[in-house]
Amino acid sequence: MSSNSFAYNEQSGGGEATELGQEATSTISPSGAFGLFSSDMKKNEDLKQMLESNKDSAKLDAMKRIVGMIAKGKNASELFPAVVKNVASKNIEIKKLVYVYLVRYAEEQQDLALLSISTFQRALKDPNQLIRASALRVLSSIRVPIIVPIMMLAIKEASADLSPYVRKNAAHAIQKLYSLDPEQKEMLIEIIEKLLKDKSTLVAGSVVMAFEEVCPDRIDLIHKNYRKLCNLLVDVEEWGQVVIIHMLTRYARTQFVSPWRQGDVLEDNEKDFYDSDEEQKEKADKRKRPYAMDPDHRLLIRNTKPLLQSRNAAVVMAVAQLYWHIAPKSEAGIISKSLVRLLRSSREVQYIVLQNIATMSIQRKGMFEPYLKSFYVRSTDATMIKILKLEILTNLANEANISTLLREFQTYVKSQDKQFAAATIQTIGRCATSITEVSDTCLNGLVCLLSNRDEIVVAESVVVIKKLLQMQPMQHGEIIKHMAKLLDSITVPVARASILWLIGENCERVPKIAPDVLRKTAKSFTSEDDLVKLQILNLGAKLYLTNSKQTKLLTQYILNLGKYDQNYDIRDRTRFIRQLIVPNEKSGALSKYAKKIFLAQKPAPLLESPFKDRDHFQLGTLSHTLNTKATGYLELSNWPEVAPDPSVRNVEVIELAKEWTPAGKAKKENPDKKFYSESEEEEDSSESSSDSESESGSESGEDEEDDRSGDSAEDSGESGSEPEAGKGRAATRSRARGRGDSKDVDKEKENSKTSESSSGESSSIEESSSDSESESESESESESRKVTKEKEKKTKQERNPLTKDVSLLDLDDFNLVSTPVALPTPALSPSLIADLEGLNLSATSSVISVSTPVFVPGKTHVLLHRMSGKGLAAHYFFPRQPCIFGDKMVSVQITLNNTTDQKIENIHVGGKKLPMGMQMHVFNPIESLEPAGSITVSMGIDFCDSTQTASFQLCTKDDCFSVNIQPPVGELLLPVAMSEKDFKKEQGLQLKLCTVGH
Amino acid sequence: MSEKHWKSVVSQSVCDYFFEAQEKAADVENVPPVISTPHHYLISIYRDKLFFVSVIQTEVPPLFVIEFLHRVADTFQDYFGECSEAAIKDNVVIVYELLEEMLDNGFPLATESNILKELIKPPTILRSVVNSITGSSNVGDTLPTGQLSNIPWRRAGVKYTNNEAYFDVVEEIDAIIDKSGSTVFAEIQGVIDACIKLSGMPDLSLSFMNPRLLDDVSFHPCIRFKRWESERVLSFIPPDGNFRLISYRVSSQNLVAIPVYVKHSISFKENSSCGRFDITIGPKQNMGKTIEGITVTVHMPKVVLNMNLTPTQGSYTFDPVTKVLTWDVGKITPQKLPSLKGLVNLQSGAPKPEENPSLNIQFKIQQLAISGLKVNRLDMYGEKYKPFKGVKYVTKAGKFQVRT
Repeated sequence: MSSNSFAYNEQSGGGEATELGQEATSTISPSGAFGLFSSDMKKNEDLKQMLESNKDSAKLDAMKRIVGMIAKGKNASELFPAVVKNVASKNIEIKKLVYVYLVRYAEEQQDLALLSISTFQRALKDPNQLIRASALRVLSSIRVPIIVPIMMLAIKEASADLSPYVRKNAAHAIQKLYSLDPEQKEMLIEIIEKLLKDKSTLVAGSVVMAFEEVCPDRIDLIHKNYRKLCNLLVDVEEWGQVVIIHMLTRYARTQFVSPWRQGDVLEDNEKDFYDSDEEQKEKADKRKRPYAMDPDHRLLIRNTKPLLQSRNAAVVMAVAQLYWHIAPKSEAGIISKSLVRLLRSSREVQYIVLQNIATMSIQRKGMFEPYLKSFYVRSTDATMIKILKLEILTNLANEANISTLLREFQTYVKSQDKQFAAATIQTIGRCATSITEVSDTCLNGLVCLLSNRDEIVVAESVVVIKKLLQMQPMQHGEIIKHMAKLLDSITVPVARASILWLIGENCERVPKIAPDVLRKTAKSFTSEDDLVKLQILNLGAKLYLTNSKQTKLLTQYILNLGKYDQNYDIRDRTRFIRQLIVPNEKSGALSKYAKKIFLAQKPAPLLESPFKDRDHFQLGTLSHTLNTKATGYLELSNWPEVAPDPSVRNVEVIELAKEWTPAGKAKKENPDKKFYSESEEEEDSSESSSDSESESGSESGEDEEDDRSGDSAEDSGESGSEPEAGKGRAATRSRARGRGDSKDVDKEKENSKTSESSSGESSSIEESSSDSESESESESESESRKVTKEKEKKTKQERNPLTKDVSLLDLDDFNLVSTPVALPTPALSPSLIADLEGLNLSATSSVISVSTPVFVPGKTHVLLHRMSGKGLAAHYFFPRQPCIFGDKMVSVQITLNNTTDQKIENIHVGGKKLPMGMQMHVFNPIESLEPAGSITVSMGIDFCDSTQTASFQLCTKDDCFSVNIQPPVGELLLPVAMSEKDFKKEQGLQLKLCTVGH
Repeated sequence: MSEKHWKSVVSQSVCDYFFEAQEKAADVENVPPVISTPHHYLISIYRDKLFFVSVIQTEVPPLFVIEFLHRVADTFQDYFGECSEAAIKDNVVIVYELLEEMLDNGFPLATESNILKELIKPPTILRSVVNSITGSSNVGDTLPTGQLSNIPWRRAGVKYTNNEAYFDVVEEIDAIIDKSGSTVFAEIQGVIDACIKLSGMPDLSLSFMNPRLLDDVSFHPCIRFKRWESERVLSFIPPDGNFRLISYRVSSQNLVAIPVYVKHSISFKENSSCGRFDITIGPKQNMGKTIEGITVTVHMPKVVLNMNLTPTQGSYTFDPVTKVLTWDVGKITPQKLPSLKGLVNLQSGAPKPEENPSLNIQFKIQQLAISGLKVNRLDMYGEKYKPFKGVKYVTKAGKFQVRT
């Protein structure tokens, strides 16, 4: 608290502001003097009195009236000082109403708003989580830039609150702060990163929302949380589900390869993942085929499926768009049923859902065909719904259903809703063009409509017929004649223009009628619509060229009329036509081609769906609905050609085990494990070892070995610059890289240093090393950098041909967090592991089988710092392998580095100082370690199942350094796969064993 | 009009775009739910003669907003008994308090009525009297436990003296019947609404005699999906009070029985200002139950001025402004079929209407689920007492339309 207000005073000079605020209070209160709106003022005056009274009930009444004013949009800002005083009220309802008021007016009265801040700061420490949360909520809603630092602090604290409800509110506050001050982005991202790790379902939705708003491009923050989010999804509240699903859709599009190419045939059934070894073998076969879905991709698709059953339309739509955008095409079919179900709900939901179905039905007709009848129009539907349904019906039309559809359309054409009837006519036109079998039927039907009583219907039919005739201009003389007759009665300009154009185009087919039509229209020329006038001119020109004998004078008459028309377009056109068709001395070469110009074959217009161009928007978004890019729309990226490394999503296993939702997940996973027989254990365990989920076994398994060796090879390639530090994340990154381009490793080795140092990784390394260098040598940074580089070069050049197990060279400090670190190769071959397992099993129980760890963190611990070790540095880490020295021992790998420029000789373990019962198997003495060389050795320590420290001396030829190893609890455990039943049986007996599986 | 702001204050003038759109659309039904303005987007719903408009600044799934607005309207309905202008005006403070709890910075917080009711108590006459005397408030001061638990829909510490659980199986028939009386389209949509008043934390499971009938089901979040997938049993810890347990569609393979038929002859004479109107309703495939609560609504063409009809049963009204004819029939007795006959006055000179209006029919059949769905049993675990259980079946007409 005190630190809060301190910061607040320091940074913002808020103290003054507070004083100012108090002054303002006193000056404003006798404001009755400004008596312009006296009645209003009086009213507010009594509100003020009520607010100042001692009775809570009076205050409450006043607040209620003020809130009423706010709700009506009346300005109540002048009451600010009187209201703010009550912010610390004991009565919770008054308090809440004051909050409402504050949030509304704080922006306008920033100085006064500061008065309330300390109250919130106090409330942020309240033992009641509801009060903490609401204080944070209001504090962050006060849009006053001065308090940004306070907000930042509050958010930081709240994000570590014990109550998930408060943390949820912190996630909301992040967005508010970001919109108030985008400069805080970096800090906020840190908090988001932290909150993304939160395991509470309550927080998940809100933090993803914050992520989407603040840093939607930081997809790397999601990797580690991807599986967790997928698994939590079902239990997240519905609003969070929508946000998460949308985010994951985008994520999936950047991280997985397209399942659409040929993959549709070999889709795995969901059950595959839980199944026995036979299926595992099948899957192994599948692996060899060109496309196999990333298990994480599958996980997302599988875990969202139940949500199609949600009562919340937004959730259903979100899942639908997810399936549409990322599921294999053969599976997307299941969403249609749910979408059709949504059509039962309110008008607004229908509108949005129909729009989306319309877009989908253009691309994949088959999906909605079974539900054709659900899109039949009811006379009570709103027009916009009707038109959307019509659109979908058109998209779904094919040879098989067109006759039923046309019958249905007949009913629609007669609808009282003329806009809808007109749309139906267009639809019929589109069906006629897309399905050639029925085009004649449609045309006839439309011709019948020409005698309709309603003008709009007739006009629309004319326009559509025109388009149809243009497509198949043969022997339709009769229809044209019929339409020519219509010209006497029809008044709608578009229709008249269409008829005239048709006659003009086909004037040689109706030689008798055309001149007559021209005569009639010449008479009415002056009273026609501009659109029609233009077509009259066109008709005249065309007739002049084909039949000048009969129409020469008429055309010239029309041209004269057009010359003096009010509309300049028409005057222009007249001039143009005259020059082109009437031969005179001035007319150029062009007039020879006049006939070809006017009577050229014109391509038929395409009758297309108005929804055609919407498919580039993500379905279900606002942008899709509006068909324009809305602010803040996040583009859905195309599938990557090659999937980015999948192992970035691997998570430390202990964390994962806790994160499983209670939703029966654990139950499902366990039973299949218990069926594994011992002999198969080796395979299975290695398979499960690489992944946190058994299903991902399809991917790695045997590859594991290669990967690791690839890694170390690669590491040695890079070793010159590779510091040893960092966390599991870094480790997996480098390891993953090894997997991705294990073939390239060799090349990389040979590659010159330049390519190495150009990568972002090594550059960061350089920087860090320069830091440490500058620390130790107290040189200027730039110089030190040079030094490091030189050093690097040297080490690279002098590098011995590296063998597999030499993994790391170390140059500098360990304060780096995220630099890559190599995972040393397992000390044991799989067969040896199997043997050990066998031993272990015989010792304990037949059903317990040791499995290799699902995930080995690359976290290393400092054993001996190079500064205190006179150039000898040592790190240790727990490889989580069964110890070869004894089954009670924990294996520890120690990596020794020589950072001096002289050989270090005879490195060995000296005196041991172990607590009672503790045993240690030391490594064999190392004769010598080259400068900049590194070596990894294994040793075993029996910690007696305790976290006591093992102290011993690490000696070289000249010196002795005492060091100690203290194991974290987790490292004392042995990973074992066992059935639930056995687990229960063993509970209490087996202290040393624990399931790490799931 | 009433307003509430989140994120930042938006001027009321933004609504002008909405009013404009409203004017442009002849019918309220035709106001587009999503309107784009230069700086904002307006998403609205129309319910109970009220528009709920939300102003959006950035991309958001429109259904997200629409669904939320409906949830808000539902909550008002739940709190005030009706969702009307008057109710909102009278309770503007509670409305504000509710909105404050329901939404934070554009993200819904608490939308479950069980939680909201713990935070803000619904107004009752008794409570308002007590409050005005004692000065205590409607606002709870602790975080509802449900908010944090895995079952956010149920409030803690529920106690009843009579423990009851009632289920209403309501099925609606959506149908389009064409001129000749044949069915163009028919479908059964059903819901199970529950009214649960049970103490403590009961864990219920509801099973059906014929669960295969349910084709496409959507669940209240309380239902355990896995259990349904594997056993076709609805297993859940219910919210307290009234809620919709599931809604479902009956698979389309089953033929839908249409319980009523309509004989109709509506004609408008050419060149005269009158027409004939004659409809008769009769029962058909009604499974031996009486059909009741029949109403026929007809949207007459615009040229119709007035109607002069005589019903053999029930009463009718014709609104000359909206041109809606409503005939309240009541029950059908097979001995004497109800009919409505008479003359239609048309605007003179206007061309006769192209199409005959369609008839929208409402009816109700008690004690029958038309699909044949039957609840097998309801079991309760987790609590000791014996609850009183009941199931009621009703079949109704949904969107039931007869084209003429």
